[in-house]
Amino acid sequence: MPRKGLIVRQRSLIAITAALAAGALTLTACGSRDDSAGSDSEGSGGGTTVVIGVDAPLTGDLSALGLGIKNSVDLAAKTANKEKTVEGVTFKVEALDDQAQPSSGQQNATKLVADKDVLGVVGPLNSSVAESMQKVFDDAKLVEVSPANTNPALTQGTDWQKTKTRPYKSYFRTATTDAIQGPFAAQYVYNDAKKKKVFVIDDKKTYGAGLAATFTEEFKKLGGKIAGTEHINPDTKDFSAVATKVKNSGADVVYYGGEYPQAGPLSKQIKAAGAKIPVVGGDGIYSADFIKLAGASGTGDLATSVGAPVEELPSAKEFVANYKAAGYKEAFEAYGGYSYDSAWAIIEAVKKVVEDNNGKLPSDARAKVTAAMQNVSFDGVTGKVSFDEYGDATNKQLTVYSVEKGAWKAVKSGTYTG
Amino acid sequence: MNELPQQLVNGLLLGSMYGLVAIGYTMVYGIVQLINFAHGEIFMTGAFGALTIYLYVLPDGTSMAIALPLMLIGAVLVAVTVAVGAERFAYRPLRNAPRLAPLITAIGLSLALQQAVWAWYPGATSALVFPQIAGGPFEIGGVTIQTGDVFLLVAAPISMAVLAYFVMKTRTGRGMQATAQDPDTAKLMGVNTDRIIVIAFALGATFAAVGGVAYGLKYGQIDFRMGFLLGLKAFTAAVLGGIGNIYGAMIGGVVLGVAETLATAYIADIPGMDQFGSNAWADVWAFVLLILVLLFRPQGLLGERVADRA
Repeated sequence: MPRKGLIVRQRSLIAITAALAAGALTLTACGSRDDSAGSDSEGSGGGTTVVIGVDAPLTGDLSALGLGIKNSVDLAAKTANKEKTVEGVTFKVEALDDQAQPSSGQQNATKLVADKDVLGVVGPLNSSVAESMQKVFDDAKLVEVSPANTNPALTQGTDWQKTKTRPYKSYFRTATTDAIQGPFAAQYVYNDAKKKKVFVIDDKKTYGAGLAATFTEEFKKLGGKIAGTEHINPDTKDFSAVATKVKNSGADVVYYGGEYPQAGPLSKQIKAAGAKIPVVGGDGIYSADFIKLAGASGTGDLATSVGAPVEELPSAKEFVANYKAAGYKEAFEAYGGYSYDSAWAIIEAVKKVVEDNNGKLPSDARAKVTAAMQNVSFDGVTGKVSFDEYGDATNKQLTVYSVEKGAWKAVKSGTYTG
Repeated sequence: MNELPQQLVNGLLLGSMYGLVAIGYTMVYGIVQLINFAHGEIFMTGAFGALTIYLYVLPDGTSMAIALPLMLIGAVLVAVTVAVGAERFAYRPLRNAPRLAPLITAIGLSLALQQAVWAWYPGATSALVFPQIAGGPFEIGGVTIQTGDVFLLVAAPISMAVLAYFVMKTRTGRGMQATAQDPDTAKLMGVNTDRIIVIAFALGATFAAVGGVAYGLKYGQIDFRMGFLLGLKAFTAAVLGGIGNIYGAMIGGVVLGVAETLATAYIADIPGMDQFGSNAWADVWAFVLLILVLLFRPQGLLGERVADRA
């Protein structure tokens, strides 16, 4: 067989193959798995059924956090049904899996909008997913309350550092923003942990990059030095090149803007490369799975998370006890309390709307619930729950946690003051 | 402090893993001209095979010195079973079909295997912790090497040597070369080509399984998607080295691994290239390298010396 022909044939095969490979990449990215059907909540308040949608990663790397969100919302719905919080209304939960992918999140949003019984949605976990969902919900005037999104731009617009404008009236969150979280971490690292040279790493996602930027700004303002910056690819697990750079930079602390599936191995590889310095991150690494993935070398790593530790709040005792009693397989994780409060905020808003309409749901219930959400105020699991003019939580408390003996320990709670 | 030696070792380690997986792509291609896209998933099932032995077969707290060889055997058994099963039931019925058919089958199989592990392996919906070799890292001439990497450093060259010996010296190996050159004539000369093809799949799976165990030891965790990106990279390595050439696969892997690592480490230092230098751009540089090599040497780095087949 002539060699030239062979090579040509081989090249065309490789071209086809490459095209197919690219196709396969996109396919797996949006391949939808079976959506976990909404769990039916027990008890009945009779009459009307109101569905609370949940959108979170229920499978994949971030599923530990996502399942905690789903269970906590489920618990809120069950509690409301049992206590007949809203007379004549039974709450149901419909949980959809977004796999932490913006494209899946948008599909789920469309699906939830199409279901006329859905009057509010709790979620998503990821700020990048929220970006893809906000407009879909806003067009349908369907209220969305995120327990976990911390990107400031979601509520205050992309120019939030200069002029704050609220892009979507239907979007609320019970979590604090990175505009507070990053600087809070910087102050702790500089003033309390006495680290002066930081190596900043992020994963280039909306959440990670935003967090790293606000941290860097405050750390410089305090007088700290930036020993180096690096961005990682969240699809890989090999960070050895980055770890070597960190070691040779002479930094005494690493700040990572991103989530635990990468932060765990990253922390492990940085320490293995010989840099015995703590890795500090945001609420995205505050998960038991971080400790599992970082292994023994994760001891001493730090994370900030929104609010005060749920386990220690007097207002959360009931929630923790009820969660245990309900027998969920998965822990409520970092956002359990916030998810419960998010769901409860929706329940309160629905209650207000129903009471104002003589105990019945009005025909434009979605718009009314969204409007009612702005004035919701109650004592929740995480403290007082209410929203400011941008839809952000008025509760701006944060806590620093550190890994000790294989578990997260609260080190310092406080509120950031500029 | 000069970090070049350390970065070279980092790249060599990453590249050895690419190479181990790339061998499977290149051997199967050399013999049946099929790009077995499910090979990344065979690598993944190998890693899960090893983990299964550790978690469910061995008693708790077995030392790694005893556990590791058994885990390797488990990994190879699972990977070879999957690969041979795939050959028998997915590819053999399509052997005389147009080339696109087995290629599409391979992609389908790849997704099916991922989803099967995701759905049925306990706890595989998120990453699973892989057992580690005890002991801290040690230094040789300013280069830090992890205990988990020692396995890869030892296993990759041994695997390569064994494979070279097998292909060059044994009867079956020569049969493989003959089938690669011309399957019809080889058949006329009394070579059982069906058997040779099965052996090629099994051998590729064996190396992928070794790579899977190395991955687990190196990163300390495995998940059902681990084979996808790594499989693409290994395929790239195979093309880079000259697909069909087993030495090319290993060399392509090492070149790719070192290129990615050096791009992460040094491109940012070039004036004006600051934003293109991070780890997030490593894949881009790896594929730029691939495009350049294919432009100037379409047959790959080692493609010409041994024609385009094993």
